[in-house]
Amino acid sequence: MTGTGLKDATAIVGIGQTSFARRLPEDEKTLACRAVLAALEDAGIAPGEVDALASYTMEETDEVELAKAVGFGDLTYFSKVGYGGGGSCATVAHLAAAIAAGQATVGVAWRSRKRGSGPRPWTDTTVQLPTPAQWTRPFGLLRPADEIAMLTRRYMHEYGATRDHLFNVALACRNRANQNPAAVMYERPLTREMYMTARWISEPLCLFDNCLETDGALACVIVGRERARDCRRRPVYVHSAAQGLPAQHHGMVNYWNDDPLTGPAWTTARHLWKHADLTPDDVDVAQIYDAFTALVPLSLEGYGFCGRGEGGAFTEGGALEIGGRLPVNTGGGGLSEAYVHGFNLINEGVKQLRGTSTAQVPGAAACLVTAGEGVPTSALLLRS
Amino acid sequence: MLTPVTDAAGAPFWEYAARGELRVQACGDCGEPRFPPRPCCPHCQSFAAKWRPVSGQGRVWSYVVPHPPLLPEYAAQAPYNVVVVELADAPRIRLVGNVVSRAGAPLGSVDPGRLRIGARVHVVFGDGGLPQWVLA
Repeated sequence: MTGTGLKDATAIVGIGQTSFARRLPEDEKTLACRAVLAALEDAGIAPGEVDALASYTMEETDEVELAKAVGFGDLTYFSKVGYGGGGSCATVAHLAAAIAAGQATVGVAWRSRKRGSGPRPWTDTTVQLPTPAQWTRPFGLLRPADEIAMLTRRYMHEYGATRDHLFNVALACRNRANQNPAAVMYERPLTREMYMTARWISEPLCLFDNCLETDGALACVIVGRERARDCRRRPVYVHSAAQGLPAQHHGMVNYWNDDPLTGPAWTTARHLWKHADLTPDDVDVAQIYDAFTALVPLSLEGYGFCGRGEGGAFTEGGALEIGGRLPVNTGGGGLSEAYVHGFNLINEGVKQLRGTSTAQVPGAAACLVTAGEGVPTSALLLRS
Repeated sequence: MLTPVTDAAGAPFWEYAARGELRVQACGDCGEPRFPPRPCCPHCQSFAAKWRPVSGQGRVWSYVVPHPPLLPEYAAQAPYNVVVVELADAPRIRLVGNVVSRAGAPLGSVDPGRLRIGARVHVVFGDGGLPQWVLA
């Protein structure tokens, strides 16, 4: 092993996914098994070799169920990360850390979710979501869309960001989905007219500012760099990885600290870049968590692609499109490919660095993948 | 309508509100106000707390206008506003609430077009002691 710590010590060597749709007939457990087995097949690694797992606390298929169904070997490391979509990249980060530390050798991360045909979490009035609900929900601030819309309006007010900036995000994702036959919105182009006349969900966010509601599952396989060289596909190295929970952060309702508009991305980014040989200028393509369009400009600022308050303006002039300053969400993202808590962003990052994306950035050698901004989050810097 | 599901730290806020008083938690040692309420002070780690009365004057820090799909009782009042109010005498204390036409009025009783960030509001108390806000 070269380098120190996590840097390039592990690689993603297999990716797998089910189809994506508003409704899939199979249950979450079956979808999880299919995605995991597809990822292992892609890697050329037998299920019996798997000894580590990582997923989200919101994942319903637990390790015992998955392991006995697909025939894993003896597991010596298993981890689950909290905070919904904020945990996506952390699943890979935990496996990378475990493998680099010698606690395991073959790790699988996965997410299976029937959010398309299943219930919306915010409609559950008995189980409180991990937010300080007593201070928000009685007043009708009910959904994640409402909570992020509050920060979005303040952001627009402070920095002059506009609905056109949010549209630029929605459009870039939709354009890439229109190139990706696996995307839910493959055959559904978006126009500015459609965006500007769409129904509101929570002003200032309209329908097209919100991610899809999708059934689907994805998985990826992580091994040490020595093993990675012998796998079927070109390894995609985990160059740097980080989690972030800022001091005095309050989750998606981050209204109660000095500076609510510097979210967990900022904390995560500091650690990510500190341990990387690369800078934001070296990133060829990015997969930015997009449950809502407004998270993209906030993340662009947090991860250092532009200055504070410049995230809206950054999206101008086709910057997020192929050939632009920073192509993003090249499979269509959560807004237009599938919303599976951001796991499709990880797999799309791998595809870009293998050179197999349906919207390939020529010569892409470094890809940033981020998890849900606005909640305790995580990020990966991948390189080929 | 959803009622507050309180915890030990937050319960006094709602008890004061039921009496028509707006109070915020402050450290019993260093005096630093904090919101939401929590068991100890993040500045000095003291477990001593007091509940400090505030004027009930504030300004709109941000607001949203939710539209369906919503829970049925909220959908029936949509579109309505939800605001975050920054308190005049404790600027980093911000309360989520609704701007209504008068105490006890429904969520949708003020035209959202009348709202602006920075608008001055003051607290009133609706049914069951829920704090509400009216334009000043």
